[in-house]
Amino acid sequence: MPKTATRPALVQPVAKSPTGIQGLDEITGGGLPRGRPTLVCGGPGCGKTILSMEFLINGARQFDEPGVFLSFEESVEDLAVNFASLGLDPRPLAARKKLALEYVRVEPSEIQETGAYDLDGLFIRLEHAIDSVHAKRVVLDTIETLFSGLSDTRVLRAELRRLFNWLKTKGVTAIVTGERGDGGMTRHGLEEYITDCVIVLDHRVVDQNATRRLRVVKYRGSTHGANESPFFIDESGLSVLPITSLGLQHRVSPGRLSTGVPDLDAMLGSKGYFRGSSILASGSAGTGKTSLAGYFAEAACRRRESALYFAFEESAAQIVRNLGSIGLNLEPWVRKGLLQVHAARPTTSGLEGHLSAMHRLIEERKPRVVVVDPISNLISVGTSLEVKAMLARLIDFMKVKEMTALFTSLTIDDAHPEGTDVGISSFMDTWLVMRNLEVNGERTRTLDVVKSRGMAHSNQVREFVLTGEGLKLLDVVRHEGRVLIGSQRAAYAPVAPVAPVARRSSGKRAPRP
Amino acid sequence: MKAKSRRTGKSRKTKANPEFFDLRLYIAGQTARSIAALANLQRICDEHLAGRYRIEVIDLVERPQLARGDQIFALPTLVRKLPEPIRKLVGDLSDTERALVGLDLRPRAPSRS
Repeated sequence: MPKTATRPALVQPVAKSPTGIQGLDEITGGGLPRGRPTLVCGGPGCGKTILSMEFLINGARQFDEPGVFLSFEESVEDLAVNFASLGLDPRPLAARKKLALEYVRVEPSEIQETGAYDLDGLFIRLEHAIDSVHAKRVVLDTIETLFSGLSDTRVLRAELRRLFNWLKTKGVTAIVTGERGDGGMTRHGLEEYITDCVIVLDHRVVDQNATRRLRVVKYRGSTHGANESPFFIDESGLSVLPITSLGLQHRVSPGRLSTGVPDLDAMLGSKGYFRGSSILASGSAGTGKTSLAGYFAEAACRRRESALYFAFEESAAQIVRNLGSIGLNLEPWVRKGLLQVHAARPTTSGLEGHLSAMHRLIEERKPRVVVVDPISNLISVGTSLEVKAMLARLIDFMKVKEMTALFTSLTIDDAHPEGTDVGISSFMDTWLVMRNLEVNGERTRTLDVVKSRGMAHSNQVREFVLTGEGLKLLDVVRHEGRVLIGSQRAAYAPVAPVAPVARRSSGKRAPRP
Repeated sequence: MKAKSRRTGKSRKTKANPEFFDLRLYIAGQTARSIAALANLQRICDEHLAGRYRIEVIDLVERPQLARGDQIFALPTLVRKLPEPIRKLVGDLSDTERALVGLDLRPRAPSRS
């Protein structure tokens, strides 16, 4: 094959064609290698065809690069109908000559081989389609179907090699899909011919939950994320969530906002959380995590800021009712639309499904404050590593948008809640640990600030009470070198002493609208 | 090469015959393989289908838009339009036995074992 102009010199970076698929361009550092074929492989139903079609449709819509979709599996009508349901209807683009769809039907039962042949017929059809729309992008889905109709694999292999070289001389950026094989990445070893870029898709079921993964196995001449990244397919097509985070380049805000609990504000340098920060509240069952989250959301609403509450344990109505019992009336805010509670069982969909829903809701509603209650329940639908990666992604995403997020986490070991969350706490700017201490036959709730980046904060463990008037953090009472809690405190000091900082917080809440 | 039809003299008379063979040979340019395919086809027809066939040669280099209709991807391909069902013979027809089987002029070979 003659050396073509598209072959870059060694020192030049590889020219890239953006896919327009959220996340994928990020992992590949700008898209697929321009003017070269890329192999996308995976098992049945892994999303190869959707990725390919989106590459073409985005190319035609956003980058003024018309495309050709050569389908070996589905007829043009079937393709159009299937993709219309994903919001990727190719027909309008086809009508405007921005897209050509061609179905190559290989019907083994009506084919008889009678001597020497080549695939010139395919070349001619492809060239005709490319010329008809002046295509810059081509998809071959799935060319391995040819192996089912033609038995001379030696000829086929030679012809495929010729086809891929020919695509390069045409200067089109191509996606060639391949079905996962037993021995290699594809059934017929397409990876031997397509060496510039290989992307593997995977659709597996872990604990009855389907999860999708994408990995760039190889990208010649370019750096790329090599991790498996979760991706999901919803009404808006395909989105990849790179495990690697968006980076730590977001702006930081010096602004502060109330925790919703005046006593806690006082513990955090009298001002509360940083705006745009992420907060982790961890503790075992019944330590008051949801209450804390509820006050945080309510405080946002009172500032007329919208809040989005993701509930993975209770229904929206249940949360509103239960928080009402501790003097927190969320209902008016829900009615006003300032507070939206999105409740879902973690097991209702895979990790990608939740990610998808969360991302979409956050994008749509642009809340100032987000609550995820509890993040630990998502562990039940993914491995803890995945949850961690997804959390990092979500946190970065919200930080860029300057949203303040509170995550609750249910810990198992009450004595050492820090241990359970050590993995995710590093993403968090403020970490509150809530405990349920059992002393002398009674349970006492406590709260302390394990860390809070960039602000002076109290290092005391405070007794935490849920009253009909809201959350209170009681001051520490020392007696004979011991900290008194619960009934002991009451016995020692029947009237709870109130520290100067806490005074202004006790008593009435600010008036409601 | 131009697309063209070759008819045998008696073809019109036998059109009603269910055994009339309507054949279409797809090729790409005047390559050695195209010429061989046409010669092989002519020979088979003369020997086995004398007087009851029609051959239409379609050169896809000149008329690429015609490849879609008969779902052509390999070349040369001979399409038996009639009698039905449609059969596709891929290759230059140098393997006469297989060509005859493909045209249903020989019974399908039982397994070779």
